[in-house]
Amino acid sequence: MKARHRRFVWIGAGVVVLAAAAALVLNAFQSNLVFFFSPTDVVENRAPQGRAFRIGGLVEEKSLTRAADGLTVRFNVTDTAKTIPVVYTGILPDLFKEGKGVVAQGKIGPDGVFRATEVLAKHDENYMPPEAAAAIGQANSRAAMDKAAKTLKQ
Amino acid sequence: MIPELGHFALILALLLAALLGTLPILGAHRGIPAWMALARPLAGGQFLFIAFAFGCLVYSFVNNDFSVLNVATNSNSQLPLQYRVAASWGSHEGSMLLWVFMLGAWACAVALKSRHLPDEMVARVLGVMGLVALGFLLFLLLTSNPFDRMFPPAADGRDLNPLLQDPGMVFHPPLLYMGYVGFSVAFSFAIAALLGGRLDATWARWSRPWTTLAWSFLTCGIMLGSGWAYYELGWGGWWFWDPVENASFMPWLIGTALIHSLAVTEKRGTFKAWTVLLAICAFSLSLLGTFLVRSGVLTSVHAFATDPRRGVFILAFLALVIGGSLVLFALRAPKVGGGGRFEPVSRESMLLGNNVLLIAAAGSVLLGTLYPLFLDALNLGKISVGPPYFDTVFVPLMTPLVFLMGVGPLARWKEATLPDLWQRLRWALAVSVATALALPFATGKWSPGVSFGLLLAAWIVATTVVNIRERGRGVRGGVVAQLARQPSSYWGMIVAHLGIATFIVGVTMVKGYETERDVRMSVGDTVTVGSFTLRFDGTSEATGPNYRAARGAFDVSRGGEHYTTLFPEKRVYNAGGMPMTEAAISNRVTGDLYVSLGEPVDGGAWSVRVYDKPFVTWIWGGCLLMALGGVLALSDRRYRIAFRRAAGVAGGAAARG
Repeated sequence: MKARHRRFVWIGAGVVVLAAAAALVLNAFQSNLVFFFSPTDVVENRAPQGRAFRIGGLVEEKSLTRAADGLTVRFNVTDTAKTIPVVYTGILPDLFKEGKGVVAQGKIGPDGVFRATEVLAKHDENYMPPEAAAAIGQANSRAAMDKAAKTLKQ
Repeated sequence: MIPELGHFALILALLLAALLGTLPILGAHRGIPAWMALARPLAGGQFLFIAFAFGCLVYSFVNNDFSVLNVATNSNSQLPLQYRVAASWGSHEGSMLLWVFMLGAWACAVALKSRHLPDEMVARVLGVMGLVALGFLLFLLLTSNPFDRMFPPAADGRDLNPLLQDPGMVFHPPLLYMGYVGFSVAFSFAIAALLGGRLDATWARWSRPWTTLAWSFLTCGIMLGSGWAYYELGWGGWWFWDPVENASFMPWLIGTALIHSLAVTEKRGTFKAWTVLLAICAFSLSLLGTFLVRSGVLTSVHAFATDPRRGVFILAFLALVIGGSLVLFALRAPKVGGGGRFEPVSRESMLLGNNVLLIAAAGSVLLGTLYPLFLDALNLGKISVGPPYFDTVFVPLMTPLVFLMGVGPLARWKEATLPDLWQRLRWALAVSVATALALPFATGKWSPGVSFGLLLAAWIVATTVVNIRERGRGVRGGVVAQLARQPSSYWGMIVAHLGIATFIVGVTMVKGYETERDVRMSVGDTVTVGSFTLRFDGTSEATGPNYRAARGAFDVSRGGEHYTTLFPEKRVYNAGGMPMTEAAISNRVTGDLYVSLGEPVDGGAWSVRVYDKPFVTWIWGGCLLMALGGVLALSDRRYRIAFRRAAGVAGGAAARG
């Protein structure tokens, strides 16, 4: 083989490998992105049906109940504006507490109950998951804007 | 007084780093021997001052000096001594000081172990390391001073995060940083070579042992982190594709590519520019990892309080280092020139394949790690990329890599032929296919995933056996004598590759046969996982040095006979009132039995996690073998002989000059 041909073989092989890898990666990437929505988004039907996503906010005070099997728990997640009920079967992370921040991953059911497959731990007591913080921040600024709008109308 | 001394020592180290980063490099450029000769003493001095500062910090932690902000927020008078020492690197500031300490130590090691190198090279290598140290010392002093005082002093500290109160904390960060920072040596050698325009097989031989050593440390560090997460976080996973894990995994992947490409540069003189580029990438990814972990952009165990100034500083430093070295590369690399030619089927081409695949893997991890950050930064919404993505991408990328791992070491340099390779490897192929098909029946139920994983592992083992047999065929002496003559770098490769096989077995068996059960258990209830039956015997109160715990007792039996008793704990730490799960694990070579307490539910019952994890320890055993392979390769006689020869040449040149 001439040097030039050899170079073509190399470049060709490289392009094929790269294209295959890129196709593989992007395909897997596309189907495994998990989006984040705040409880307000969910209540206002902006979250997808039938696809897994994440919600975040605070666990509402006194909303935690445990079913008779000892493993299924129900609680409400709130961004201080809207609230959605969540059901989860399994063991909650150590720092799961009412009134504290939480992030859960799962799907929304037709009854409007969020079926969590995963409840995420935070690792420090004073630490708020950024997603939860963002959800509350959004709700607060929306409330502020509503208030401002109302004041203007009057 | 002690913290101020530490602070002062850091400032002195900064001044020395500034000198180290300028004078020797200029000296090498202008040919001023006196300036070049400054490199070694400056590197030594810099290390002494950093070490002194580090000592001061440890002293403050050990002696509970709660007037130091860092100590007050990360330690507590009840904390046991070993964790007070480890708390020194438990905070952002402390861990950055550890980073700089490691950097100083590597520079000092290079200064001591470089007698055989030409003075110009030493001056440039140490100079570049000085520049890196300068950046990090500035970062420490300007944004993250570990010695900041607080007034009035706290009565007691806020305590180290209970998750970190574990032997893992004592060993994981130092080893990981040794690896991370160790790539700065490979990086400095690469930059020095670009600056000096000297890039040849000798250069590869000099930087190779340093790279291998750093890689071995990094492997150990990642292994410890994984093992720690497995038993400490209480849900029995060994790898989560957490961004912080990815941050350490990317330099590892590129580092692995680098040690293979260095082999080609040393043996054949090819891949030179490529090797330099990899060295730059490996260290850049180490820096990127530091940025991701330390700037607070990530949600994870490792994230500390966010301070935007810090993120901006590291980002600017990152841009400077990566941008600067890539510009230098673009200017100088074309002059490096190609090496020997090779055919599409040859050991070179297979190692190139190894490199391409490893880089593709690192690239896909990078995409999965950074994409959510980009979207977030641009306010396009919050997303996360789950483990399924990484799993889907990794298996198809690693499969050809493992295949090449079997063929590559048997292929001839420059030109190999397929019929010859087929001839030598067909038995290995037959044996591994047969093993993969048959073995799952012996271990449990057959499934395509398990069979495939075992095929990969068996292929590595079978081709390794072929390799050793071929090497053992000698003219003189017996097989043993012939094998004893093989250099230790050969054995290093064999051991490391067998480590990969061990790792694959572990991953395959855990994925294929693990049982995980979350159950509610009252006293006297039993649950069966794998071949074990566990009976819950209730909980009792227990007290540790700085916590109180509910300790559960689980009687484990196998085939009706008592096997062992496990005591998982649910702890509440005195200082912060933070709860913590401490799993109880019974280790065997063939698998772990893993029990952790969830939470108490009504009437003395608990929710309990019970896992059976077959062959899970093989995962870490495999990593250990890989690191051991690296250390074996380091002990090769070749490096020492080469050193002496190089020293002779340098001496001769000096005599002539």
